[in-house]
Amino acid sequence: MAGSNNLNITPPRWLLAELTYKCPLQCPYCSNPLDYAKYPQELSTEDWKRVLSQARKMGAVQLGLSGGEPLTRQDLPEIVQHARELGYYSNLITSGYGLNEDKIIALKEAGLDHIQVSIQASTQELNDHLAGTESYLHKREVARLVKKHDYPMVLCVVIHRENIHQMQQILEMAEELGADYLEVANTQYYGWAHVNRDQLLPTREQFLEAEEIAQAYKEKVVGKMKIYYVIPDFYEDRPKACMNGWGTTFLTIAPDGVALPCHSARELPGLDCPNVNDHSIEEIWHDSKAFNFFRGDDWMQEPCRSCDEKEKDKGGCRCQAYIMTGDMHSTDPVCSKSPQHHLIDEAVQSARNSALSTEEKPLVFRNSKNSKLHF
Amino acid sequence: MALDLNQTISFSPLHRLQWEEAQQKDVILYPEGMVELNQSSAAILKLCDGKSTPDQIVSTLEQQFSATGLQKDVHQFLEIALNNGWVQQP
Ligand code: SF4
Ligand code: SF4
Repeated sequence: MAGSNNLNITPPRWLLAELTYKCPLQCPYCSNPLDYAKYPQELSTEDWKRVLSQARKMGAVQLGLSGGEPLTRQDLPEIVQHARELGYYSNLITSGYGLNEDKIIALKEAGLDHIQVSIQASTQELNDHLAGTESYLHKREVARLVKKHDYPMVLCVVIHRENIHQMQQILEMAEELGADYLEVANTQYYGWAHVNRDQLLPTREQFLEAEEIAQAYKEKVVGKMKIYYVIPDFYEDRPKACMNGWGTTFLTIAPDGVALPCHSARELPGLDCPNVNDHSIEEIWHDSKAFNFFRGDDWMQEPCRSCDEKEKDKGGCRCQAYIMTGDMHSTDPVCSKSPQHHLIDEAVQSARNSALSTEEKPLVFRNSKNSKLHF
Repeated sequence: MALDLNQTISFSPLHRLQWEEAQQKDVILYPEGMVELNQSSAAILKLCDGKSTPDQIVSTLEQQFSATGLQKDVHQFLEIALNNGWVQQP
């Protein structure tokens, strides 16, 4: 492992535990790695408890339990209970599939703080098409039960070209279901979404119209429902700060125990991401090559290196830089100062052509069969 | 939302107030988020027990810290807390 000469390392605050890659849904924008089916091994209950304890000791306090579909892990209540005992605030990030009232009660008793349910669209037909599974009515029922059992309820809807025209109805649906928070997340084009980008990326006109609707609705429900609107950075001229700074805040553990500075980092070459079976979280966070790779700004190329905005956006997303330019050290091409910014314009144009064309390519759904095509 | 001085005020059941050893700070935890509190904000929030009105909280604090003239600051902070959903009134 690389030496730890960096004295300014802040402790992790966020632990994202991807408990499994198993999922009954097949969302075509899933952020899991394309080759996820290559990693069927899963950490044991004891492993997860050890990871939680070690990260908590360092200062992690928010815990995301996600996947895949975390409810496919039978030991979920046991993991939740351990998290509660340690003082984590635990967030279950679920498609709602397989969730029923008994489980909702059991998880509450175990100490779960919050359940985030994702819905794909505001109509049954489109939701079930996008999820690749019949799930819409059940999701609505789950949302009702989550409220009934006094959890804060967060609905998450991922936005793309297939559902962006439903923005108004999506907002109304969330209000009607009594969501305390609504996350309207424009698709980020990594993983499966990258493969499906021509079919998913909205046009600029669609994006602007939808944003206006969402912002107006925000005003309307102020004090009642909080709306988090995650912008699609393809239509911005500055990138988002990657993970609030690499290795500063977020720690993701993949189902097989690989520790990642960002949940997409598995796709970056040569990071040698360490496994919790071989190292403690403390060693991983402080000493591993992967977590030190993009810490600070020594790694930056021009124009970032001499840019006065580098503190703000840290040069953007490393995964986006890699996936678009082939060089994970380069400036995120979303930035208008990037010499490769034209790649974004080309992607936007290509998606636009696809939207206007009469023979659109079909979406590639996230499932093991399609995953196996990637390794 | 404006603060109602005649009503009691309580900490929101959808949030959690907790001491963080690693940070040596009280924090408010909520879905996927966290706010770090300074000592006085934390002291105010801990008194939002659903039994006291804003001005009862002011006098408890003035006793606790042997201070006077806290009213304006406390009201101001409670209004912020109310608008953030950290506290609620019936
Ligand atoms: S995005 Fe969809 S397919 Fe991917 S893990 Fe979540 S629910 Fe499953
Ligand atoms: S050049 Fe780099 S640091 Fe400067 S604004 Fe663009 S991405 Fe950020």
